[in-house]
Amino acid sequence: MGIFEAILLTVITAATPLVLAAIGELVTERSGVLNLGVEGMMVMGAACAFIATQVTGSPYIGILAGIAAGALFSLLFGFLTLTLVANQVATGLALTILGLGLSSMIGESYLRQSGIKLPQIVFPVLSDIPFLGAVLFKQDLIFYLSIALVAGVNWFLFKSRAGLKLRSVGDSHASAHALGINVIRTRYLAVMFGGACAGLAGAQLSLVYTPQWAENMSAGRGWIALALVVFASWRPWRIVAGGYLFGAVSISQLYAQAFGIGIPSQFLSALPYLATIIVLILISHNRRTTLINTPASLGKSFVPDR
Amino acid sequence: MKKLLFALATTAAVIGFSAGAYAADKAKVCFVYVGSKTDGGWTQAHDIGRLELEKALGDKIETQFLENVPEGPDAERAIERLARSGCGLIYTTSFGFMDPTVKIAAKFPDVKFEHATGYKTAPNLATYNSRFYEGRYIQGQIAAKISQKGVAGYIASFPIPEVVMGINAFVTGARSINPDFKIKVVWANTWFDPGKEADAAKALIDQGVDVLTQHTDTTAPMQVAAERGIKAFGQASDMIKAGPETQLTAIVDTWGAYYIKRTQAFIDGKWETTSSWDGLKDGILTMAPYTNMPDDVKAMAQETQKKIGSGELKPFTGPLKKQDGSEWLAAGASSDDGTLLGMNFYVEGVDDKLPQ
Repeated sequence: MGIFEAILLTVITAATPLVLAAIGELVTERSGVLNLGVEGMMVMGAACAFIATQVTGSPYIGILAGIAAGALFSLLFGFLTLTLVANQVATGLALTILGLGLSSMIGESYLRQSGIKLPQIVFPVLSDIPFLGAVLFKQDLIFYLSIALVAGVNWFLFKSRAGLKLRSVGDSHASAHALGINVIRTRYLAVMFGGACAGLAGAQLSLVYTPQWAENMSAGRGWIALALVVFASWRPWRIVAGGYLFGAVSISQLYAQAFGIGIPSQFLSALPYLATIIVLILISHNRRTTLINTPASLGKSFVPDR
Repeated sequence: MKKLLFALATTAAVIGFSAGAYAADKAKVCFVYVGSKTDGGWTQAHDIGRLELEKALGDKIETQFLENVPEGPDAERAIERLARSGCGLIYTTSFGFMDPTVKIAAKFPDVKFEHATGYKTAPNLATYNSRFYEGRYIQGQIAAKISQKGVAGYIASFPIPEVVMGINAFVTGARSINPDFKIKVVWANTWFDPGKEADAAKALIDQGVDVLTQHTDTTAPMQVAAERGIKAFGQASDMIKAGPETQLTAIVDTWGAYYIKRTQAFIDGKWETTSSWDGLKDGILTMAPYTNMPDDVKAMAQETQKKIGSGELKPFTGPLKKQDGSEWLAAGASSDDGTLLGMNFYVEGVDDKLPQ
């Protein structure tokens, strides 16, 4: 295996949780809800996926547990912000703090256990393609799911009727309501989808990335996912581009260090963020397209007036 | 945003804590942790020390702790709250708590402070540290015997003297066995991030190192080493569970004895400021069992450990050259502690440029 291939494999593992959490949050935000609790949902997913795997011995049940944990946890956010109309920013922050604490508590007796790694699914023939075969077709289920989810979300948002309704809720909840769309229900579903994706991202952390449970093991990846949504200007495929760009730069700097190129490591560590800012500037110079993509009702609470 | 969250969480923890009742007749001894007390590494070792302290002096003292306190301004607030809430003796257990501790110590002259791994003292502020580098020297020797390629990987956290000293000790130990031994260093710029530490481990292994050591706190690198079938060293706690067939040994911090000694002095009213720097001989660090290595390597490691413990062998003894080839220590000369505590250069054999 060549070094370039090795780097690509490491990048994929690092980028997958970002892509997953971000694509979920993208759908949530497209419905007009800003959920800052991604980090908390992700870490809950990681804890529950790990525990379920250790108890049942099956990482696939672990994946389901991670998804369920994320979705259920986001339901709490949904109830507070959609039904009780609490402030979304404050509730999201609270969700993150709660998730970090709660996951530490339930995961305590599972610390320092060696986990079970999610097995690879090898596509025959395709995986024999030189170079790309081993990188793209010898991966675990969660990686395939991440790509499928992005494609699915892209189709759903821009090609399906339900997606159109969801976007209309996010752009103007009053108009959508007047048209007879159930704003609150749509937003509940979008929030839960976001939670499920964040939970799946968490499962990737504790079953693929580092098959173990450690407190706060998401280590800020939820916040990066949130930033990715803005970076992608709420377009699904740009999440993949952004996630992999970020992953590529942050992984290559580690390889560059091991190679001994003699650039200060602090600068290298800052590179992913620098790269992100530069790309952000490049793609946002056209204000009109940015405005079209931004959900106009983002972060605004909705109370049906009749 | 993350910082803000931690601040909120820390504040919440402090408020909850200071509202609690405490017995006035018992001395209150408090601890500030940078990580979680169950991190399986650095902070857990301190917490084990705290529990030993409670066991030994539990009838005379009560202990409190704050975990997950980020380094920087938040730490200052956390330490100040502790000082205000009646703590008589406060241990701050991370290098990054140095300046906050110094600041708060000046504000509360009646409270005693002890800061781990730092170098600033005051009449009511002592420092304590462990000569971890003694253990890293032993690890270096083992690595040189085990490695087929003569290259080890080193996952470092931040370029502070403590970490640089560890790297140098490792190389010096390795070169005492194999004069051509080299190490590759990757700075993760974090103490705790399983994912990033695993990535760093992969980066090193992909570039041909066949022994791995770390100065970060999670077991993720050990796990990657196990997966890739190479050997590795644990850090701060015994990490054998993460790599039963991988861990060669680990440096295990054992702070309990120090905490008991100093807290007893505090109760007796005999506490004075010091800069304590103990090593293998004082039992402030121990080595996890030597495993997964041939018997002759094991015997060599035990022999070296004995020699360092008795004071017969000092890891940093000349002739030693700096990375640029200039002389650091002449034959037979040993480094003074001041140079070690402010270490900002590499010795020969490190394949990396030191971040300044």
